[in-house]
Amino acid sequence: MITDFVIKNAPILVVAIPLIGAFLCPLVGRISPMWRKTWVLGIVTVTSLIAILLASMVLTHGAITYVFGASTSDLTVPIDSGGIPVRIIFTVDAMSAFMEVITALVGFSVILYSMVADKERSNLEQYYTLFLLLICSVMGMVTTGDLFNFFVFIEISSMASAGLVAYRVEKGRAIEAAIKYFMVSTIAAIFFLFAIAILYGQYNALNIAMLAERLQFTLLDKIALILIVMALATKCGAVPMHFWTPDAYTLAPSSVTAMLVVTSQASLYGLFRFVFTLYHLHLNYVMIGWFLIIIGVLSMVIGVTMAIPQKDVKRLMAYHAISQTGYMLLGVGVGLAVLGDSTQLTRFGIIAMEGGIFHIINHAMYKGLLFLTAGAIIFRIGSRDMNRMGGLGHSMKYTMIFFIIGALSIAGIPPFNGFASKLLIYESVYLFNPFLAIIAMVVSILTLASFVKVFHSIFMGPPLPEYSNVKEAPLPMLIGMGILALGILLFGLFPQTVIDTLVHPATAALLNQSSYVNAVIGGV
Amino acid sequence: MFWNLPYFTVVILTFIAILIILTKKNLVKILLGINILESAVNLLIISIGYREGGVAPIFTLAPSMTMVLPTPQALVLTSIVIGVATSALLLSFTMVIYRKYGTVDVEKMKELRE
Amino acid sequence: MELYTPLSTGSGYWNPLMWLIATILTLIIAYIIWVRGEKNYKRGTEQTKPFISGNPEPPKGVVHIRAGNLYWGFIDALDRYYRYLIPLHTGIMTDYLLWIFGITAGLLVVLVVV
Repeated sequence: MITDFVIKNAPILVVAIPLIGAFLCPLVGRISPMWRKTWVLGIVTVTSLIAILLASMVLTHGAITYVFGASTSDLTVPIDSGGIPVRIIFTVDAMSAFMEVITALVGFSVILYSMVADKERSNLEQYYTLFLLLICSVMGMVTTGDLFNFFVFIEISSMASAGLVAYRVEKGRAIEAAIKYFMVSTIAAIFFLFAIAILYGQYNALNIAMLAERLQFTLLDKIALILIVMALATKCGAVPMHFWTPDAYTLAPSSVTAMLVVTSQASLYGLFRFVFTLYHLHLNYVMIGWFLIIIGVLSMVIGVTMAIPQKDVKRLMAYHAISQTGYMLLGVGVGLAVLGDSTQLTRFGIIAMEGGIFHIINHAMYKGLLFLTAGAIIFRIGSRDMNRMGGLGHSMKYTMIFFIIGALSIAGIPPFNGFASKLLIYESVYLFNPFLAIIAMVVSILTLASFVKVFHSIFMGPPLPEYSNVKEAPLPMLIGMGILALGILLFGLFPQTVIDTLVHPATAALLNQSSYVNAVIGGV
Repeated sequence: MFWNLPYFTVVILTFIAILIILTKKNLVKILLGINILESAVNLLIISIGYREGGVAPIFTLAPSMTMVLPTPQALVLTSIVIGVATSALLLSFTMVIYRKYGTVDVEKMKELRE
Repeated sequence: MELYTPLSTGSGYWNPLMWLIATILTLIIAYIIWVRGEKNYKRGTEQTKPFISGNPEPPKGVVHIRAGNLYWGFIDALDRYYRYLIPLHTGIMTDYLLWIFGITAGLLVVLVVV
């Protein structure tokens, strides 16, 4: 009976269970710290299992809708409403399922890691409450099918992550990073609310499928499109709106940084969802496609060239996160620019979009692994400055192996998963415009260069006398890192299986607007 | 022309708010600019729902008369609450920054550069 | 065996299984060469210390090249680019917001006019 309940209500349970867990966490924490650890770990395990169950259901049966407040959970169009879906609807199609798998995987490993890494701090109840709220809001962002609901989840995630970034005060520097991040997020969310107001005022509908059906591309719709694209591009860290990214990623605790990466990917998902499913062929796809390509190329180049002179481990990795976001924008931008041209779309457009979307899950895994490794080093050494580290490979062997896996994967070296998605992007973008593919390859080489710098200065060299009593990272940290490293190896050795199961349905769901509309309105 | 007055007010408020956010140096004044911007968006959403000669939609068994749209009012309620939480968090950050740095001048908070 | 299908991009194939077999063969050859190395040497004596043409060995903290000095040549060659780019990343928050509003305004002008 419990299985039936879970299967029927799975889209709401992935959002409701972390929410209830977050609000009960301070009460449970009053009993003892061991109860709080078990509670948080249990909530995250249950959420991840339900998310993977929901993803497998969607990939076998097609899009699932869940209506709030109706008598059955399928009644999207109430009988007396005249064919209009009036309630809030969660629509989970293949692309949402893809993002949920990412959030489940990274969320579980990060909470396992954070059990040990944040042990001696005070105010841990507030920390885990905000963390569970962040996981809940990311799950909500990727499952919702309603425009205003998306805005509410964006605001929840901005507030929760701003509080988490400011957690370690560090003489005021973390608060400065948090206020910069939160102010940029608030301005982006207000842009998004402007766009919602414009679209609602014209078409009297907030549901994405309903708007997709009623949209004619008037002047006001163009303004709304620009506001949505700019708001979501700011939230995901594309150049030239990337200035908050190094500050926020550096000063957050390392487990929070790995989750912030997933939050940025969820905003990227939102960008793709609105451009492809809401507007589809109505918009001026050549211009918006080229805009995404231009900011993608700028992100790649500026991200990696700003990363090379850095001396702070996490700031360097944060600039690389900007650079890899550029790859995703480039891949999907090429797919968008040839959206109306059906021969070019089948020739290289679909492959480019598959490369960009596959890169999202690869990036979440290897960036999460790299930030967790950096966090393990900072946990043992106590400072983030690379100029003072050296020779740690003698004592932290497992951390060094995980770092090698992450660094080779981000540079695109076979057989890791970075190579698989980058190969798809190179080969398809080359057919579109060879200059862009050459820039992408040069950026990949520079990425490898900067990670060789990090590897040499931290792990190589003779063992220094001041670090002679540094031990290996604790076991739960290694298990959390090991889950992500195992995912990297598996995705790299069997790439076509992953593409056939996860990525290709997601790309097909993005390109096929009518299947999304039919899932909600039901073939009217 | 008279019925378009809320929309003109929205445009004027938006411009004033953007001007405040971009040119003022004091952190508290920038927060007030963000509040004015949020008020402008709320005013836009509310004034979309107005129907001429309508009454408030608060009936249970409604007699047939023209009513103002209720959905924008729900959206604006949510948005006002989000604005309150945003302002509270930003103000508490400002207080701690003042305690640690000794200043609320935006141009002096440059510890995290390049 | 469909787990081991190659990755097909639009213009070619990449088979990770072949790469794995090639790597294992290379590692086996490398191991065979390594096993035939010199086995009788005495640890801890002159035979295992680094040889710097007879000069005394400097302390370990000095020998290790730190992170700031590793890519000096690259940063020096792109000096004009970095002298423009790094001061652009001021720490001031209003500059961040100026970029966002500026690009939005530019994009609005381009998309609405063209």
